[in-house]
Amino acid sequence: MKAKAPDAFSRGTSPTFEQSAKTALADTQLRRNLGKATQTIREKRKIAVEEIPDWEQLREAGRALKERTLRHLDEYLLQLEESVIQAGGQVHWARDAGEANRIIAEIAKSHGAEEVVKVKSIATDETKLNEHLEREGIHAFETDLAELIIQLAGETSSHILVPAIHKNRAEIRELFLKELGVEDLSDEPRALTEAARLYLRKKFLSAKVGISGANFAVAETGTVCVVESEGNGRMCTTLPPVLVTLMGIEKVIPSWRDFEVFMQLLPRSSTAERMNPYTSFWTGVSEGDGPQEFHLVLLDNGRTDVLADEIGRQTLNCIRCSACLNVCPVYERVGGHAYNSVYPGPIGAILTPQLAGIGNPGSDSLPYASSLCGACYEVCPVKINIPQVLIQLRGKVVRHKQDRGGRLSKLDPENVAMRMVANVFSDPARFEQAQKAARIGQWPLARNGSIHRLPGKLAGWTETRDLKAVPDQSFRKWWKQNRRPG
Amino acid sequence: MRVALFITCFNDTLFPETGRATVRLLERLGHEVEFPLEQTCCGQMHFNTGYQREAIPLVRRFVEVFRPYEAIVAPSGSCVGMVRELYPMAAELAGDTVLAEEIEALAPKVFELSEFLVNKLGVEDVGAYYPHRVTYHPTCHSLRMLKVGDAPLKLLRSVRGIDLVELSEARECCGFGGTFAVKNADTSMAMLGDKIRHVLDTRAEVCTAGDNSCLMHIGGGLHRQRAGIETIHLAEILATTEEDANP
Repeated sequence: MKAKAPDAFSRGTSPTFEQSAKTALADTQLRRNLGKATQTIREKRKIAVEEIPDWEQLREAGRALKERTLRHLDEYLLQLEESVIQAGGQVHWARDAGEANRIIAEIAKSHGAEEVVKVKSIATDETKLNEHLEREGIHAFETDLAELIIQLAGETSSHILVPAIHKNRAEIRELFLKELGVEDLSDEPRALTEAARLYLRKKFLSAKVGISGANFAVAETGTVCVVESEGNGRMCTTLPPVLVTLMGIEKVIPSWRDFEVFMQLLPRSSTAERMNPYTSFWTGVSEGDGPQEFHLVLLDNGRTDVLADEIGRQTLNCIRCSACLNVCPVYERVGGHAYNSVYPGPIGAILTPQLAGIGNPGSDSLPYASSLCGACYEVCPVKINIPQVLIQLRGKVVRHKQDRGGRLSKLDPENVAMRMVANVFSDPARFEQAQKAARIGQWPLARNGSIHRLPGKLAGWTETRDLKAVPDQSFRKWWKQNRRPG
Repeated sequence: MRVALFITCFNDTLFPETGRATVRLLERLGHEVEFPLEQTCCGQMHFNTGYQREAIPLVRRFVEVFRPYEAIVAPSGSCVGMVRELYPMAAELAGDTVLAEEIEALAPKVFELSEFLVNKLGVEDVGAYYPHRVTYHPTCHSLRMLKVGDAPLKLLRSVRGIDLVELSEARECCGFGGTFAVKNADTSMAMLGDKIRHVLDTRAEVCTAGDNSCLMHIGGGLHRQRAGIETIHLAEILATTEEDANP
């Protein structure tokens, strides 16, 4: 397995968004692939959503259900544990990534598994389960088609729902020719899928342990639900004799009836379908049918800290539909890898720094990876006010630097400038003097009412844009001269 | 009506012509405009960049200065968005319940210019004359935060002589985003590139919007390319009359 660059959830310092975005923006193939894919799905989603006359009420119901569940999360989780045990399953509680990985590796080892099949789990990417299993001598095969593609390529996911969105058919064909040992393969979707199918089928039949994620788990009955398109998830959760599901604690829903809301919101928001092709439900174990041993691993890994924050906690409403990625003008241009997190896009920009904790340069840069245009909030099926959380997190990042960055952070040019400007705005007379100073100070830079080059960090503006020079007369000066006698 | 003009620090310093146009327009419609000289900045740049502690005194100042007025109007969607949508969060972060109550009373009286004209006053034809080919960019904060809808377009459609042409992918952000334009200059430019392409495709002479900040970004790119398209604030188009054209 190739070594992967560190991300927000691995040891070591991950690059900042600005650094990674620079590389991504220069990748012409990526720009083309992403532009095309996100535009297609944006348009399809719009049609799918407009079919539902009470979409806004549904969103409101989704938000309310999630928020109520999170308010009583402790009770629902205990109820879920009880229900799963009653249905013949086993429940494990994992405080963090390390604990989750150890639990899952132990289960696999206790069955002598050297290979496991996996499906639909970003949570396992968050905990870096595959790397952990590899160290324990267990190879994990990704079975979701797109996950398989990126695993074979030694890459990481770049989209929550379409992990290989950055790749086109020609690239996938070349990869399969190299890695799957097939000959004579066309780049038709059918041919590519068939090649993957033949490769995976053997794995499904031989694996002793299957590992999945979960979209929902019902507290009332202990039923776990996976929503997917390919049927590989169904294989993964039914063929191996042992099934382990890793699930973030926020995924619990109170009752079966709640699916009425979520199963309308999720497929339309994510794949723009009225109903996705495969929705699997399982409740503990059933004799003679499906896995005979079922483990549910409940993962915290920072989620209870997110829950403690009054503004930030709405992030946990997320049902991982990825509609926010597809409408985001930033994501559309830089792609998922620029976020250096298993959770990219607008939702990743608020979830990652909250889970990883403030104080890491890589994840601290994510709340700034947005123009605050609000397109994400507009489409979010559970009404997460992403711009609001982005702004709040920016505040936390700045306060962390100011309060814990030591004496040098006080001299940070941005910090100095912001404090100076705030001081100028605190008094109208000072503001007027500053306007005058700007008029005079721009003299070496301004030509014919325009500035073509700014110094320092502000050069980011003038590299590609001219700047209008400060005019001779401010509005307040004009008002004083023309409207106020004396 | 007695209207307090909230000019915004940005317009005050860089775009005084937008302020003068707003005054001319409102007075032509029979309103009495006041300009409280104590105003400075709403605090949006500080707040949105994360300097929220530094923004709180500016929030207090704004509330103090504008509290006595019945209607407060600004030629800027994003600054009005700051007051209406983010001031409550500022009060919450400051843990100041008195401030929160004052904001609750003040916020509904603060309007972006086009929504004030169309939604509050019920005016669509402001008697403007502007014989140019114009395209309109709906800025994100007007559109998604304030939900001004098609109020600006209603005003523009009633302008005499105007050749109003639709901008494709109009709802997509231009890439300005305040300090985003500098902090993430590369991504900002990639977004601007596409916006400029759509603006050029309209073959318009003028690209207008309700926010000079976005226009400065779009205009800065167009000017660098010597594209021959001007960016002009909506207020300036609405303030122009036949008499101005033929003095």
